[in-house]
Amino acid sequence: MTDTGTHADTRTGPDTVVATGGGRVSTGTARKVRWGIVDIVIVVYALIPVLWTLSLSFKTPEAQTDKKFFPSEWTWQNYKDIFTTNEFVRALINSIGIALISTLIAVVLGTMAAYAIARLDFPGKQALVGVSLLIAMFPQVSLVSPLFEMERNLGLFDTWAGLILPYITFALPLAIYTLSAFFREIPWELEKAAKMDGATPAQAFRRVIAPLAAPGVFTTAILVFIFCWNDFLFAISLTSTTASRTVPAALSFFTGASQFEAPTGTISAAAVVITIPIIFFVLFFQRRIVAGLTSGAVKG
Amino acid sequence: MSQTIDTGAPAEEAVPAKKKPALSEGKRAERRLGWLLCAPAAIVMIAVTGWPIIYSVWLSLQRYDLRFPDERQFVGLSNYAAVLSDKYWWTAFGITSLITVVSVVIELVLGMMLALVMHRTLVGRGLVRTVSLIPYGIVTVVAAFSWFYAWNTDTGYLTALFGAEAPLTEQIPSLLIIILAEVWKTTPFMALLLMAGLALVPDDLLKAASMDGASAWQRFTKVIIPVMKPAILVALLFRTLDAFRIFDNIFVLTKGANNTSSVSMQTYNNLIKGLNLGIGSTMSVLIFLAVAIIAFIFIKLFGAAAPGNDSAGRR
Repeated sequence: MTDTGTHADTRTGPDTVVATGGGRVSTGTARKVRWGIVDIVIVVYALIPVLWTLSLSFKTPEAQTDKKFFPSEWTWQNYKDIFTTNEFVRALINSIGIALISTLIAVVLGTMAAYAIARLDFPGKQALVGVSLLIAMFPQVSLVSPLFEMERNLGLFDTWAGLILPYITFALPLAIYTLSAFFREIPWELEKAAKMDGATPAQAFRRVIAPLAAPGVFTTAILVFIFCWNDFLFAISLTSTTASRTVPAALSFFTGASQFEAPTGTISAAAVVITIPIIFFVLFFQRRIVAGLTSGAVKG
Repeated sequence: MSQTIDTGAPAEEAVPAKKKPALSEGKRAERRLGWLLCAPAAIVMIAVTGWPIIYSVWLSLQRYDLRFPDERQFVGLSNYAAVLSDKYWWTAFGITSLITVVSVVIELVLGMMLALVMHRTLVGRGLVRTVSLIPYGIVTVVAAFSWFYAWNTDTGYLTALFGAEAPLTEQIPSLLIIILAEVWKTTPFMALLLMAGLALVPDDLLKAASMDGASAWQRFTKVIIPVMKPAILVALLFRTLDAFRIFDNIFVLTKGANNTSSVSMQTYNNLIKGLNLGIGSTMSVLIFLAVAIIAFIFIKLFGAAAPGNDSAGRR
């Protein structure tokens, strides 16, 4: 930290540094190298557990216990194994279905509420914002006992709906905060301008407002999806069979190919499979995810 | 659901309308639209949290063991007496608090450093931000299994590397590994929240401070930290409450063995393993109260900086 602050004029970010940091040209490269080293440390930090899981998933059963970071012999067998078991395939379908439906509903309801919060004036608005904040802080485990009993009575236990309900609930505050932050940034005057130019309200919405709002809605959908995809507590407490058990919960029920074999390879392969969508989102939508998380946090 | 909205909204609307008859038609339409748009979200959120927590209080006052459903009866506060005099509950409570405090402090320090790097790095800013999002996005259980296999006696490269015997069978090493897993996963989230605060620090202020001869450290403590205080408090609040409900990592890493159980693990064990709905609900209520107290203390600290206070941000 002290290293980086030696020059007063480095404060404004990379672009201005290049322009104004010419006072001591020789240090420019050295500083870049130092930053490069810091970057590498962060990359290693972030990737090591992922690479380790990846490595385990490609190791042969005999090599699982060799304690080497990289496999000496690569095999696809673990992946073949999980995709031939109903246990994993079913859990993957559950995970995808439940996360997608929850995301869709939470984003639709969240968009409606966030639009109202960002644009309309009505009593009770502060209360709604307060309720969302409370739910964002709500200890989820406190709901496990009552939901377990209520869902058993209502026949929702061990069904998709039984998981979708709590997921929507806990995703809504996230959706409302992120979306209302995005909606406040939209220049709504454009809608009026479009109408003055002769556009119908529907046209003004479709041609002007929807394209402006879409990125925010899309970002929120990613964040909500990650949240639902990640859940373990509800998934393990409110399910009992493969009918609705999602992958995170199913992992702990994996058994080895024979009872004398630890399920290390299959668990790792399954873990890699459910990490793929996350890596995809992170690689392609890094900027959006960062914007979504930070805007909700500061302006919320 | 649409039925509930139709009957709910006009009834509420009638009250303010009587008080302020001068309300214009447009204003009333705006209110009605506002309520209509918010109603579904509000109904879902309240129905799935408010009612169950009340139901949970009711269940906590009963002896209700699903293995002996016939013996269900109202027992007043005796479940609370049983839990609060239980050694394991207090151990779990102590462990949970310890993990919460230690990991949040480490995350704050590392998160601040990471935020500074993400904000200011000269090279590879996109790369740093992208890889930082991996721990944030990855499924907690997946990461937990990775740490489990890294520290496990049979498979662990880290066990071999550090010459440890069986770290996950002893309390202190287990706790350190749990904290490591927790810190690894959530530091980037902390960093992102802090980075948002960092972006609000005006460059002019830093330049002025530096012209006046402030060192880098002085600029950090005297300028950056005070400006970022609200962002720091929000990040701390969310992470503290999140860390307090730690479950996934412990479930995978130790299953709560060797006194490494958290309050969430205890609740899960009593409910799903023990099928004791009365005790499980009592623990649910107690955790809810503990979280409410933590949140209350933080919000007292926030003052006007509370994120619910959005009136200033409205156009």
